[in-house]
Amino acid sequence: MAVPADIVFHARGLTKVYRMGEVEVQALRGVDLQLRRGEFVVLLGPSGSGKSTLLNILGGLDVPSAGEVYYEDHDLMRADDRGLTAFRRDHVGFVFQFYNLIPSLTARENVAIVTEIARDPMTPEQALDLVGLTPRRDHFPAQLSGGEQQRIAIARAIAKRPSVLLCDEPTGALDSATGVKVLEALERINAETGTTTVVITHNADIASMAHRVLYLADGRIVREHVNAMRKRAADLRW
Amino acid sequence: MRALHIKALRDLWHLRSQALAIALVIAAGLANLVMSRATLESLSETRQRFYDDHAFADVFAQARRVPEPVAERLREIDGVQAVETRLVAGANLSVPGFDEPVRALMVSLPDSGEPLLNRPYLRAGRLLAPGSEDEAVISEAFAEAHGFAPGDTLSATIYGRQRELHIVGIALSPEYVYQIQPGTVFPDFRRFAIVWMNRRALEAALDMDGAFNNVTLKLAARARGDAAIAAVDDVLAPYGGLGAYDREDQVSNRFLSEELRQLDTMARIFPTIFLGVAAFLLNVVVSRLVGMQRDQIAILKAFGYSNVAIGLHYALLVALIVGVGVVVGLLGGIRLGQWMAGVYQDFYRFPFLEFRMSGGVFLLGVGVSLLAAFVGTAHAVIAAARLPPAEAMRPPAPERYRPALFERIGLARWLSQSTRMLLRNLERRPWKSLLSVVGLAFACAIMMVGRFQTDAIDYMIDAQFRIGQRNDLSADFTEATGPAAAHELRALPGVRQVEGYRNVPVILRHGVRSERNALQGLAQDSVLKRPVDRDLRRVPIPAEGLLLTDYLAGQLGVGVGDVVEIDVLEGRRRSVQALVAGVVNEYLGVNAYMDLDALNRLLGDGERLSGVLIAADVEAEADLFRELERRPRVAGVGVRRLAIQNFYETLGESMGVFTYVALILGGVINFGVVYNAARVSLSERGRDLASLRVLGFTRAEVSYVLVGELVLLVLLSIPLGFVTGYMLSLYMAVSMQSELFRIPVLVTAPTYGFAGLAMLASTLVSALIVQRRIGRLDLIGVLKTRE
Repeated sequence: MAVPADIVFHARGLTKVYRMGEVEVQALRGVDLQLRRGEFVVLLGPSGSGKSTLLNILGGLDVPSAGEVYYEDHDLMRADDRGLTAFRRDHVGFVFQFYNLIPSLTARENVAIVTEIARDPMTPEQALDLVGLTPRRDHFPAQLSGGEQQRIAIARAIAKRPSVLLCDEPTGALDSATGVKVLEALERINAETGTTTVVITHNADIASMAHRVLYLADGRIVREHVNAMRKRAADLRW
Repeated sequence: MRALHIKALRDLWHLRSQALAIALVIAAGLANLVMSRATLESLSETRQRFYDDHAFADVFAQARRVPEPVAERLREIDGVQAVETRLVAGANLSVPGFDEPVRALMVSLPDSGEPLLNRPYLRAGRLLAPGSEDEAVISEAFAEAHGFAPGDTLSATIYGRQRELHIVGIALSPEYVYQIQPGTVFPDFRRFAIVWMNRRALEAALDMDGAFNNVTLKLAARARGDAAIAAVDDVLAPYGGLGAYDREDQVSNRFLSEELRQLDTMARIFPTIFLGVAAFLLNVVVSRLVGMQRDQIAILKAFGYSNVAIGLHYALLVALIVGVGVVVGLLGGIRLGQWMAGVYQDFYRFPFLEFRMSGGVFLLGVGVSLLAAFVGTAHAVIAAARLPPAEAMRPPAPERYRPALFERIGLARWLSQSTRMLLRNLERRPWKSLLSVVGLAFACAIMMVGRFQTDAIDYMIDAQFRIGQRNDLSADFTEATGPAAAHELRALPGVRQVEGYRNVPVILRHGVRSERNALQGLAQDSVLKRPVDRDLRRVPIPAEGLLLTDYLAGQLGVGVGDVVEIDVLEGRRRSVQALVAGVVNEYLGVNAYMDLDALNRLLGDGERLSGVLIAADVEAEADLFRELERRPRVAGVGVRRLAIQNFYETLGESMGVFTYVALILGGVINFGVVYNAARVSLSERGRDLASLRVLGFTRAEVSYVLVGELVLLVLLSIPLGFVTGYMLSLYMAVSMQSELFRIPVLVTAPTYGFAGLAMLASTLVSALIVQRRIGRLDLIGVLKTRE
């Protein structure tokens, strides 16, 4: 299908139903979406609004129940497990609320675990340098503060030079000062590498650093807002 | 190294105690397997080589007195390749400084030099000089027991005449690898010797000029053994032939074959138990690990690791655990095998017994260990590989709990909240709980089996020597003798009672089945030898008919009231029919008994005895023994006290080792199961336990929830373990039974007590280790983070 060259993601009518134990959850109820190259997008919404599900589908971690979703010309709806694995390996970087570092690996090794399987990665040292954690590279996650752990997670996500960086509540478990440092790292990476960045948050203050803000509620995008004037991450407080 | 591999190593390090416990269980099973299988192979190969190199005969026959020219007719039998005639006879030896009876089997060697068959292997000195009258070669085990060396002399009483023998050589023989006195089960190297002498010298000593009383034959590979045996019997019958037999019935070879069969059984049972338990433990630990690392699996997949890579990652971890077990197991198995070979070398006298582990055994060991690991972990590893990343991101669906069975049947109000927690937790994973109980039951069973043999041996000795056989001494006559001999002995000082018996070689037949055996005639009112039934109650010798050892009755397929045919192999060689009047319970050897007078009537050579049983005062025993030994008609003297002593000396040490090893092995399983169950519970429920601590529970109260669960599992397992232990003992006893001996299935209360206490003790050790971890629970941290 013909898509404008600067569109990275294109989705239409996405729905997702999954079972959680004995409960059936309708997570998405028809989402239409386009994301542009180099864009910094914030997804805002209360918990249960479908933000994480949407992010997981965009990242190839999950497939929708219905609808269509494309990354450039890759059809993510119809990709098999092998195709999705390759898509994630080559194009996507993830950052999660709870860092999800491997506790048994050091900071450097946590980054290396991704660079080892990437096609054109930076070195783990370069990635750690980008988030300002070179001095802490031989520490295990348990020896690092929450903010440091999250910056390691970001270094891990960007080390492969992904085309998209998907962040699920990256500051959710952090205090405001530490959270700002993490956001600064994301801002710098977006600006310097042109990586399309999607950040999920339920913290409305963060929205002011985005190019564009999408509001989700009850499995739908209910509102869209473009920031005429972006705030710098360093100026954010909450 | 790849970061994923580093993770595997660090995870392994983190799990080290649990991994070690599992590796030990694998190692124990593998060591058992390697030891038994490699010893089995080494022993079979060594035996084959010894038999081939030293021309072990195929057919053996004993007769009374056969003129040498008759040998020619044996050579003409179809399929016979070689015939070796010789003299074999019992003798008494006196060893300076050793005041106990020493029996010897005198075996002739041809004056011309080396025999064609059953060639001795010379360990030291030389073979006999041609024509020498007083040279002897003695068996190695006997020489070692008394420190004899070539150049020493020995005094022997052969056929009532005493003579000095000069030891010129020390030797071994394929015929006497297992060297036991006829009629006994365990070797007694101090009191039994094989002595080889020149044929001419023995002929003179035994008044057997130009005759032989023993012959061995080698058959061509194509020859039919049973046809040759029948032909040999025909030739020897007129000369008092006692029936030829093949290797299968040759005593030494028979014992060796039984030993190999037992090793084969060992090689199956124990490794199966251990590797089964190891598979279960791996399953528990790896499933839990995968469960705990859901988020890590998710993140790895999110970054593009494939399912295969994730599966291999966990498989690597399993392989590392198994690898440690395999290395320790192989090394331990080799070490144990070498030790076993040493023990075997003491019992079975081979020129060499090299413990060798073949590539086949190695592959088998590694193969079954990997198989166990695969069975145990395939499910968890595949589940990890298949875990959809988005699902793995979410915490697992909450566990479903429900009131435990005890509560549902209305006992709830008796149970504290902590007790409910532990019961519900056990019931929530019924399979895991059940398999834990089964694994623990096996631990208990193995500890019991270790003691069962000791119990059984005590009981065997009691039944055989104290209840069934009450004589202090016994004397065999060189040939059947009139009753005057018994009267004469009764007059000796210290003798309280003398009873004569008669032994005749017979073949018992029933339908197509037949067994070669001795038929023993006992007086109906015999008190010194009293066959007993299963409950050790006396079974009187019937006026008519036979008593058979239960095992013999089983082999013949007869019961009380059936008729068996008796072919007497002596005298007029009559064949008669007799009723089976009773079945008796005996653990050593198999016997057929009938009334002494009836037997004498059957043989038709008058009132005769083959030997006597004597009850005597303890103080008179030594003098009596010397007196008996001097009598020319007495072929051999047995002393009951020494027989019992030998029984314990021979077996005592190895039984002790076996009990000890079984205790350790059972302990390994117990520790493996309990410790792993505890660690997994602790990891699954760390949050619950920490929450309880935060709520104000004491450490002891929190421990109750965790340790109580383990103790409950162990308590449930002990009764099952008792049943399993009994079944395992039964299985081992049944698989070891042969006409040589049967092990009674007897598990005593102390054995049950011992196994039960050992289980509780080793549980306590595991519990104490885990208890320390409860003390270190991070109360704040555990509540702050997402699970």
